[in-house]
Amino acid sequence: MLYRENGQFKTSYRKDEALLPIAQDRYFILALLAFAFLAVPFLASDYLFLSILNPFLIMALAAVGLNLLVGYCGQISIGHAAFMSVGAYAAYNLMLRVPSLSFLVALVLAGLIAAVVGMLFGIPSLRIKGLYLAVATLAAQFFMDWLFARVKWFTNYAPSGSVSTATLDIFGWRLDSPASKYLFLLAVVTVFTLLARNLVRGHIGRAWMAIRDMDVAAEVIGIRPVYAKLTAFAVSSFYVGVAGALWGFVYLGAWEPLAFNITLSLSLLFMIIIGGMGSITGSFFGAFFIIALPIVLDQVPAALGAPLSTATASHVASMVFGALIVFFLIVEPHGLARLWAIGKEKLRLWPFPH
Amino acid sequence: MNRAAKSPLLAACAGTLAAISIAASAPALAQAKEQFFPMLVYRTGPYAPNGVPFADGYADYLKLVNARDGGINGVKIAFEECETGYDTARGVECYERLKGKGPTGATVFQPLSTGITFALTDKAPQDKVPLITAGYGRADSVDGEVFTWNFPLGGTYWDAADILVQHVAKIEGGFDKLKGKKIALVYHDSPYGKEPIPLLQKRAKMHGFDLLLLPVTHPGVEQSATWLQIRQQRPDFVFLWGWGVMNSTAIKQAVATGYPLEKMYGVWWSGAEPDVLPAGKDAKGYNALVFLAPAGRGKVHEDVMKYVYAKGNGTAANKEEVGEVLYNRGMVSAMMAVEAVRHAQQKYGKKPLTGEQVRWGLENFSISEAQIKKLGFEGFMEPIKTSCSNHEGAHAARIQAWDGSKWHVTSGVYQSDMKVIEPIIKQSAADYAKEKKITPRKCG
Repeated sequence: MLYRENGQFKTSYRKDEALLPIAQDRYFILALLAFAFLAVPFLASDYLFLSILNPFLIMALAAVGLNLLVGYCGQISIGHAAFMSVGAYAAYNLMLRVPSLSFLVALVLAGLIAAVVGMLFGIPSLRIKGLYLAVATLAAQFFMDWLFARVKWFTNYAPSGSVSTATLDIFGWRLDSPASKYLFLLAVVTVFTLLARNLVRGHIGRAWMAIRDMDVAAEVIGIRPVYAKLTAFAVSSFYVGVAGALWGFVYLGAWEPLAFNITLSLSLLFMIIIGGMGSITGSFFGAFFIIALPIVLDQVPAALGAPLSTATASHVASMVFGALIVFFLIVEPHGLARLWAIGKEKLRLWPFPH
Repeated sequence: MNRAAKSPLLAACAGTLAAISIAASAPALAQAKEQFFPMLVYRTGPYAPNGVPFADGYADYLKLVNARDGGINGVKIAFEECETGYDTARGVECYERLKGKGPTGATVFQPLSTGITFALTDKAPQDKVPLITAGYGRADSVDGEVFTWNFPLGGTYWDAADILVQHVAKIEGGFDKLKGKKIALVYHDSPYGKEPIPLLQKRAKMHGFDLLLLPVTHPGVEQSATWLQIRQQRPDFVFLWGWGVMNSTAIKQAVATGYPLEKMYGVWWSGAEPDVLPAGKDAKGYNALVFLAPAGRGKVHEDVMKYVYAKGNGTAANKEEVGEVLYNRGMVSAMMAVEAVRHAQQKYGKKPLTGEQVRWGLENFSISEAQIKKLGFEGFMEPIKTSCSNHEGAHAARIQAWDGSKWHVTSGVYQSDMKVIEPIIKQSAADYAKEKKITPRKCG
């Protein structure tokens, strides 16, 4: 009744090509953004910012990046934490060696460096496919782990191999409070999400999807696999590199190579599988599921006053989390984004389903 | 999607939302007149065998103070555990969760993880919560002028490495005899394991021994390559810088390789019961450093048995754990935090104190031989006295050996050579201050 597009006529191509052609969607997204930008900074507690919202935003950005590659272009990668670490260490070294550099510039440069590295490790994708490619991307993971742990220059010869960053200053705006970090992350994530949305419906995104659906057919209709696959690796690594730099600078503040180990790569992959492959919205759902849910589950027994020991509570949280993953994948193998889409379909017919 | 699947799905969604709202509202509960001690623990994961006894000892001592003395000068102790799994990101989340609890916020954090310490070192000054990292953490945080909020009470990894070199020099008959010798460092490939390297390198240069660096990847169950190298290189001594399963694996591998365990020395985190027990009798002869607390029971353990375990309030699942190396270290760590609060109460009054007030107590912390005895910790620790510029307070340790069923202290007290360590501390702290754009404060 409320969510219905009756009477919304698209009288020009421009209107038909709009990012959100349905008015209700537009209003919903605008309201959500307004809420996130204007209301949340005053409502949420420091804990909510630092432990849930900020890591969620950064991981959502990384998941969007991985989704561009895996969900849209069909090239599986289980080495994306490596590209995050490239972004983080690139930003660290840029800020260290060029002190006058603004963090925003360093962020973009770090993303570009990650993109170049990602393209290098994407070259095998031209020859191998599917699971074999996935195994080849593992090389990136191990190589980067090794590089940042062993080559001291990258960590500025820190004796412990752990690097730490100073408080960020963006054109005089000091990111020292949890809310300011949140606002900065939200702005970055909004911009990059908008870019990704537009990218996947443009000619590059269509080329990626054609390659994903059938690379031989795509080649026949004039899409160059080299170009499509390498751009997918580059753009994806760029996103992930930016996310890595944010993870290091805004969330962790001090990190070691272990912060970007294979567990993180797998978590990223789980995010897009649970959230929905080939869906930008799904990346956000998936990131929330993987990042925030374990933290929330961990606190449920204590909040309910259940007398569980710390170890038991932690085990129970892991079990419930695992069960939820299985549950959601059985209910909807295409991920949470598909559930969201189904929900919207139903809402269209409500309250008079056929 | 079919209809049957819909309702559990909705229920799950509703459950999640409810859980989020509960979790968000929990910190708002009102608190009584209590001093809140946050506990970052790891009772699960590959480091749990070592994390559990430490956490039990810590909790039992806090329970003891409540049960025996009615709190710290009448201020009851409240505490809450948060599971970190030895993971930095989870540790930071736990810190954020606990730092604001209690009527005056968190008293002091003791993360028992060097990785988490590195991350919290940046956050503690903003939140005004002190960190005690007794025997771990950043070695350069001894410098109180730069690291205002860090307290590596009683020892750092640079002390540990220095004392080990002193000990092997003594065995060999002097520092000059170390020339041409080969010492291998088998270390956990993390900030924890890498900390001693600068000092060992400096000592290697001073005395002319070769330092062989053999990293082991987290969690440390795969070490065959490392021990193959040891078999080939035949180092004269092996220093072990491991934690959790890495320790027991290393000792088992040393036995399998046929490396003499008498020549193997663990840091104080590689010298507890869970490390040697898996290798059983074969581990006989293995040595490790001991700082603050060796194994055994003293007067304080009797009190714990009487006031906590006899009433069924004990934390440890098995009473045998009381008196183990890590259990005792947990107890000593808790005791130092409690004493810091007691010390700060003399200045600020007998009421719940803020982290900032406790920091004062830590910076003017002093525990003498007589007080150690009074507290029932005789023989379990050395006196400690901190100052504004020295946040460590003591740098002494002893060597203990495993006889196949028990740990025995086998050496006198070694003092690390501050002439060697001090310059590296100053240099490292200055680098840190520059990197973080901190202006070091001046100590009197």
